[in-house]
Formats: sequence, C-alpha cells, structure tokens
Amino acid sequence: MIEISHLCKAFESNMVLDDLNLFIKRGETKVIIGRSGTGKSVLLKNVIGLIRPDYGSIKIHGKEVTNLSEREYNKIRMEMGMVFQGGALFDSMNVADNVAFILNEFMRLDEKTVRDRVKDALALVGLKGIESMMPSELSGGMKKRVSLARVLCMEPQIILYDEPTSEVDPITADAINNLIVEMHDKLKVTSIVVTHDMNAAFKIADSIAMLYRGKVIAEGKPDEIRGSRHPVVQQFIHGESVGPISEDEHLVFGHIK
Amino acid sequence: MSNAIEYLGLSVIQFVRYIGALSILFAQTVYWIFTPPFKNLRFLEQAKRIGPGSFFISSLVALFVGMILALQMAYQMQKLSSEIYIASVVAVSLTRELAPVLTALIVAGRIGAGITAEIGSMTVTEQVDALKAFATNPVRYLVVPRFLALIVMLPVLTIFADIVGIFGGFLICVFKLSIGPAMYFTMVVESLVVKDIVTGLIKTVFFGMIIALVGCHQGLTAKGGAEGVGRATTVSVVTSFILIIVTDCLCTAIFYFIFKT
Repeated sequence: MIEISHLCKAFESNMVLDDLNLFIKRGETKVIIGRSGTGKSVLLKNVIGLIRPDYGSIKIHGKEVTNLSEREYNKIRMEMGMVFQGGALFDSMNVADNVAFILNEFMRLDEKTVRDRVKDALALVGLKGIESMMPSELSGGMKKRVSLARVLCMEPQIILYDEPTSEVDPITADAINNLIVEMHDKLKVTSIVVTHDMNAAFKIADSIAMLYRGKVIAEGKPDEIRGSRHPVVQQFIHGESVGPISEDEHLVFGHIK
Repeated sequence: MSNAIEYLGLSVIQFVRYIGALSILFAQTVYWIFTPPFKNLRFLEQAKRIGPGSFFISSLVALFVGMILALQMAYQMQKLSSEIYIASVVAVSLTRELAPVLTALIVAGRIGAGITAEIGSMTVTEQVDALKAFATNPVRYLVVPRFLALIVMLPVLTIFADIVGIFGGFLICVFKLSIGPAMYFTMVVESLVVKDIVTGLIKTVFFGMIIALVGCHQGLTAKGGAEGVGRATTVSVVTSFILIIVTDCLCTAIFYFIFKT
C-alpha cells in the first residue's frame, strides 16, 4: 500500500509536483499517464527516495518515508525494485552480474544458488543464454528485460516501472506487458507504471491516474478513463495534436507548405 | 567595477562551495572505509587498473626527466667542475619533488579523467540512481575502492619513478659525462636521506586523495549527457592539476619547517 498526500516538488522555480495525491492499494497495478515533463518519473523517484519531496507525505505500508535517513530508507528499498527508463544496467558488469547484483551485495548465497536464480529470473523475461554478454551488446528491448530480471531477482513487493515499453518493438512491448500482468496476478506485486503507451496502460492497469501540471486530474479504472469527459484526458488518450493541452502549453506544430 | 566585484564574489563562493563538497565527500568516504562489510575485490580491481596500468607511462616520464635533469645540471656543473654532484641533485630533486608531482599529474590525467568519465556516464544513464534504488550507497560502492586504490598505488608508482628517474640520470652521467657507475651510486646513496623519500611519498598520499575525490565528485555531479560528461572530465583534470600543485607547495612549506634541522 502506498499513500501519497499533498506531495510537492520544485526544481528551482519549476513546480513539477504540485499538491499531488495518490493511493495505491496493496497488489494493485496503478498506471500513471501524462505528457513528458509532467513529473511522472519525478514521482517514482520520490517514492523510492532518490529525490526527497519539498512538502507532503509518502507512506509505504503505513510507514512515513519522507523523513527517513538513507540507512532506514534502504530497508524499505529492499522491498522495492525499480525498472529504469533506459534499463540502467551496470556497464562494467555482464548480464549475470547485473541480475545477481542484489544477491551478491546483500545475501550470502552459494554460487550455484545465485546462478540458478539468475537463470530463473532471465527465463521469466524470456531471455536465455545471455548471462556472459555485456550490456553494450544488448538491444534496447533486451536491456529493459534484463533490468526487469534484475528487479525480479530480489523478489520485491513493490515494483516501479519507468516507461517499461518505450524504445522496444511492439512484440517485446506486449511480452513486457504480459509479464507485468503475470506479476500482478501470480505474485500479487504492487506496481506503479509510468507510461505514454495507452495500449499498455489499458492492458495492464487496475487503475489509471492522469498527471497534468503536477496534479492528478483524473483517476479511475481503465474503462472510466476511456470514457472520461475531461478534455485533457480525451486529447491525451487519443493522442491528438490539437486540444486543451496544446492550447495550455502554447504548442504550435508546423505544416509543410 | 561593481561587475568585477560581483564576479570575484561569485568565484569565491563557488570555490568555497566546491571545497565544501569535496570535504563532505571525503568525510563520507572515510566513514564508509571503516564501516563493514568490506569488499576487497573492488579495491583490488581498481588497484590493478591504477598501478600496473600506469606503471609504464609514469616510469617512461621519470626516465626522461632523470636524463634531462642530469643534462641540465651538467650544463651548470661543468662550469664549476662539479659534475660529481649531479647524481646528488638528480636523486634529491627526483625523490623530494619531481617524481611525486609528475607521477601524480600523470595519474590525474590518465586515471582521474577515467574515473570522472566512468562515474559521469553512470550518473547520466541513471546507473548511480539504480545503485541507490538497490540500497547501495554510491560513495561506498564507487568512491571508496578508487580512493583506497589511489592512496595505496600512487606511492608505489612514485617509488618506481624514483628508481627509474635515478637510473635515467645514471645513463647520462655514465655514458655521457664519464662518471663511474660506482661513484654515481655512492653519491646517490650518500646524498639521499630517509626524509627525502618519506616526504615525497607522504605528498603522494594527499595527491591520491585529491585525484580520487575530484574525479569521483565531478563524475557524481555530471549533468547533461555526453557533453556534460566531457565537460566534467576536463574540469576534473584541470582541478586535480591545480590542487596537486597547491598541495605540493603547502606540503613542501610544512615539511620545510618540520624537518628544518
């Protein structure tokens, strides 16, 4: 369970999160949609403690985390995993060491157990026999999946996904979506997924929240969002270049003469 | 005029802020050095990269500096018919000053730049954020092994540079200035005292700290993609060079007063 109340975060004069409220039930997959720069990634980084809010509260499993020290936050982080937008695999390590990172750092397991867990985690994301490859040898989609395997290896209760299906082909994107659904159905993992991909959002979400100008302007089940009359939501989910968002942000797209 | 004062004031504030940031990083590094569990493997990896990796270039430079020093001294000493003292001058100036500083500058250029580029690219590609997300402190994981490896390996490289530099002087003295090999080494041994070597090595420990802290700090604060990493790398090398020279001056002054007698 994650409870976010009155969250504010500004970078200099730019108010990115402005009195944001959000509630994610245990085992729920909450998808956050919104235009680039509306603070979706900043929200995830606030939840995992990479950025500390200026104001407001974040409660994870009932515990207030915004005022925790790094050491105390690390205990919470051991129950959470984050799949970064670009994968954020460690360049200096091969795939096996990347996936086994948390096992090698924090758990005293024998080599065979680590190898088996790495193999299982990679199999879950549909990858086999790539343990010795370096991140630079992987495609964008493979990096994303290895990044997900790295998170799965730590068996987290909460997973944060930052654009899990961006930069991957539609087939891989669907496979990743299926995996997120499976994690929800079988492992009862609580997930927050940040995405622009509306197909993915409607497929994986228990509920969707739309972020606009640092606030949640609409929230509900996928069908409720689909049927929302809010003009901003309508423009965004239909991906139209003309509408209230464009007017608000003075977006003027050129035309070929 | 007011603009110049404003610029000066801003520069002073930036400098104080920078030294403050380095001091905080130093304090964090010392804290994590003494906090178990200890991961020796990461230290050994870095030590291997810094030590054997820089040995050839630092030795090559020391060899030529030893030779140049002997030739330059010969130019003066021949006028006084005191060529015999060239060995002493080469040995003392190398061990006290040239070998530590030149080795540190080479390592700052080679390793310091590498540290900033590596950690900087990790920062801009969210790998440092990933470390934090996996409950791993970046200072402990990235800074501590590099810091320890540099303060251990820089003195080792300097000892080799001392030896190779003195050998460079030997080549010139023996083959060009007709000083006997035994005489050369006798003069070296007689003129060198333990404090010459020790003060040179103490300096390198500080230089190692500077290279590690500046390199890691610039890497951890890099912003703006590949261009930002490039900029951070340049700043890292320039800052390390300046701080090494300033620290060398301070150390030399302090040692002068401590070991005056």
